[in-house]
Amino acid sequence: MKFPVPHDLKAKTIPGTEGWERMYPYQYQFVTDDPVRNQYEKETFWFYDGLHYPEPLYPFDTIWDEAWYLALSQYNNRIFMVPPVRGVDHRMINGYVYISPVPVKDGNEIGSRVPHFMERAGHYYKNWDALEAKWKVKMEATIRELEKLEIPRLPDMEAASVVTEALGESTGFHLLKAYDDLINLGIKCWQYHFEFLNLGYAAYVFFLDFMQKQFPSIPAQRVTQMISGIDVIMYQPDEELKKLAAKAVEIGVDGVLKSSSEWTVVEAGLKAHPKGMDWLGSLKLAKEPWFNVSTGTGWFHHDRSWNDQMNVPLVGIQTYIDKIRAGVSIERPTEKVRAERDRITAEYRDLITKEEDRKQFDELLGCAKTVFPYVENHLFYVEHWFHSVFWNKMREVAAILKEHGMIADVEDVWLLRRDEIKQALWDVVTAWATGVTPRGTKTWPPEIEWRKGVMEKFKAWAPPPAIGTAPEVIQEPFTIVLWGVTNKSLADWASVQEIGDPEKVSELKGFAGSPGIVEGKARVCRTVSEVGQLQEGEILVAPTTSPSWAPAFAKIGACVTDVGGVMSHAAIVCREYGMPAVVGTGHATKIIRTGMMLRVDGSSGAVSIAR
Amino acid sequence: MEIHERALQPATPVGAAGDSKPTVRWFQECDKSAIAEVGGKCASLGELIAMGVRVPPGFAVTTHGCTRFLRDAGILPEIMALLKGVPADDIERLEAVSAEIRQMIESRPMTIEMEDEIAEAYRRLSVQCCLPAAPVAVRSSATAEDLPGASFAGQQDTYLWVRGADEVMHHVRRCISSLYTARAIGYRVRMGFDHEQVAISVGVQKMANAYTAGVMFTMHPANGDRSVIVIDSNFGFGESVVSGEVTPDHFVVNKVTLDIAERTVSRKEVVCTVDLKTQRCHTVEVPFERQMVQSLIDDEVTELAWMGKQIEKHYGRPMDIEWAVDKDLPAGGNIFILQARPETVWSAKAEAANAAPAAQETGATSAMQYILTGLLSGRKVS
Repeated sequence: MKFPVPHDLKAKTIPGTEGWERMYPYQYQFVTDDPVRNQYEKETFWFYDGLHYPEPLYPFDTIWDEAWYLALSQYNNRIFMVPPVRGVDHRMINGYVYISPVPVKDGNEIGSRVPHFMERAGHYYKNWDALEAKWKVKMEATIRELEKLEIPRLPDMEAASVVTEALGESTGFHLLKAYDDLINLGIKCWQYHFEFLNLGYAAYVFFLDFMQKQFPSIPAQRVTQMISGIDVIMYQPDEELKKLAAKAVEIGVDGVLKSSSEWTVVEAGLKAHPKGMDWLGSLKLAKEPWFNVSTGTGWFHHDRSWNDQMNVPLVGIQTYIDKIRAGVSIERPTEKVRAERDRITAEYRDLITKEEDRKQFDELLGCAKTVFPYVENHLFYVEHWFHSVFWNKMREVAAILKEHGMIADVEDVWLLRRDEIKQALWDVVTAWATGVTPRGTKTWPPEIEWRKGVMEKFKAWAPPPAIGTAPEVIQEPFTIVLWGVTNKSLADWASVQEIGDPEKVSELKGFAGSPGIVEGKARVCRTVSEVGQLQEGEILVAPTTSPSWAPAFAKIGACVTDVGGVMSHAAIVCREYGMPAVVGTGHATKIIRTGMMLRVDGSSGAVSIAR
Repeated sequence: MEIHERALQPATPVGAAGDSKPTVRWFQECDKSAIAEVGGKCASLGELIAMGVRVPPGFAVTTHGCTRFLRDAGILPEIMALLKGVPADDIERLEAVSAEIRQMIESRPMTIEMEDEIAEAYRRLSVQCCLPAAPVAVRSSATAEDLPGASFAGQQDTYLWVRGADEVMHHVRRCISSLYTARAIGYRVRMGFDHEQVAISVGVQKMANAYTAGVMFTMHPANGDRSVIVIDSNFGFGESVVSGEVTPDHFVVNKVTLDIAERTVSRKEVVCTVDLKTQRCHTVEVPFERQMVQSLIDDEVTELAWMGKQIEKHYGRPMDIEWAVDKDLPAGGNIFILQARPETVWSAKAEAANAAPAAQETGATSAMQYILTGLLSGRKVS
């Protein structure tokens, strides 16, 4: 398998983007001026993290990448002392993130890490439920702190209380501190994010590993199915929409809810309707915290929450109202899924020949079932709830920069790195204190305009799925489960790369995410805002999906994604709904166009395109 | 028209005066307790019928019948004389002795009584099938005691598309003579078994007019994976698949969910079928345009796998099954099981592994230990 050399790729700078490197932290660059680092980078295998970043990162949005670069790595390498792996290294080309797990090469060192790992990870596995309960408390406290954080506007004259209460601190200082607090809360939240996640994935990966040794032909989705059907809070926002739809039909405001695709129109209609306030009361209850669910993955500033974009949940509610009116059940078939899960689990267990292997199976399954809820639930707390609030707090910071002429528009702030924003705030605060014009008012706007152009060029660039030198063994649990990086996927990626002409591709290979075969028309949705166009029975083709896409799954016949393994959102939801999914195809959204006839084989992981 | 095996009446013992042990037993009268009398194959067919599996009807010429034939033909002393002092390792000598004995057996007539009994059973089978002379498969059905392993059973004789009472009788004798193949003789000599004590039964079974047929393992023969069922199929009789004459179509079915996980359609250049003029089984070339046609449709694959799963459940162990899809019957009732026997290769390995102290018996049954061991050995991605 041949993949491009990272430095060659980077050397082909897109015309007009020269100097883009200054938009990102310097340690993210592939280098040529440091022979040792350069050699390491060449010998290392880097794969494009399309799971998290289907698009190039805005400079500010890099914050979450930095946050997990630190958090994942520290838990693997410095806290749990995972014997053979350190952290995951990061680089960037044209705004796209490439990552690589770093192995511990020295056998003695691996050995000396073992007892620590057993003790430390053992503590978490043994006390999982109690520690997870503690985690929830910490996490919710962090979110409350964020919600309470005030971003002060700079007054012409400080309030009298500064003097009368002898506060001794100015709003300028508080603005700088609030920004620091905001960033630190974000980083802290991501510290918690990884407290359980590595161990959770490890438990899953090795359950999978055990099953594949017992049954070499077992599809990964069957293993995942054994731990499915357990209530996880990521389904809750969607459940709330169903409840609201049912309530609307019950009290007779469904007509009002269906009256427009604009929430503001619907809301006005509800207020005018005698039963409308009742329904709006239920909505208010549902919104906190469930409407903090992001319309995207939550990783990007433009992933607005349902609270920010009420039209999105409105489409969902309308879909469910249609289903209820048509007499179609909108419940997830949870009981059926559970019964099938239990049958499959029992049958596979019975097929294990040796008694001690059956014992091992019970142990590993138990462990995987214990960790599974966290693996799903953390997403709501961090990527959705926290992030949704965080982005809006950042908009408050941006409003102050705009007020002082540093940026032309609130949404321009994302084109600055988080440390540049700190600098800019210093510029604003000192100028405000002094009574002069900040220097940045003349330097940032043109720089931001240039960066916008660069981002557009980056978006048009297609990052290769992998670069560098492919390894023989992958040990880092995330790499396997979450990104679905295996030699097979690499070979499939490499083969599509070789074909080159997307018009000629008639079959895509991915992971068998959810079983079954469905034929139908493709609907390519690059973002969740496009799911409203989905017609009943179409096949959703998306870069990746997230919980706010949930209503889409009530309409579609099958799902195909670019990125993700058998534990990705699309795979999990499709299994719950019993419809086929092929995930991690690498290129589906680039090759498939809306209207094409597809055959999705979720049992084998193949998507055929009728040409 | 379908002939349901249950519709068959139990055979009344015919002309067995002075000897209460029957010469003939219908499959549905057999179960595993009858192995000594009708051999493993026929006993297993009886078991399948009892559990409700579709099996083409037929009967067994019992070990008593076979032994009586050899005794009444008066050739046992001659056979024993020929076998005396035959060395187990002299292949040429074994072959020569075998040929002489088999020629002897195959040329002797049966007693009138025995001929009557077999002919009557065959007549009744034909009547049940609504055919003037039902085509049958005649197979030896060895008893467990002289079986060195199932693979040996495959060496014994099978004659396809036999029609008419005389032909049936002739092939029954040929099957009896398979007790004295060079290999069987050599094996008994090596193992110190008494030639006089061995017994054989012969199965006479209505031939499915196979559109497609083949074999099915209720585990993966390549890696021992018990969670799958592997099916090989070709058009015509299953013999082209069993003998390895063709690369068959190959299906791997998930045993738990019955999903078809793998589907390989191969170029099938020959089929084994009946020549309607001569009424003989023969191998013919497949027209080019038909060679790449899938010989078993997906629904049939799933139904067959479901049947395999039930059979495995009944026996409590992986099975090696021969099957056929009858071309004269409608879908949903046209898949027949011709034979089912325990899979031996992997089962023996698994038993050996169970008996031997486990290599990694370090008490690593906790999830933590497993995860650690896994992390340390790394995961070869493939």
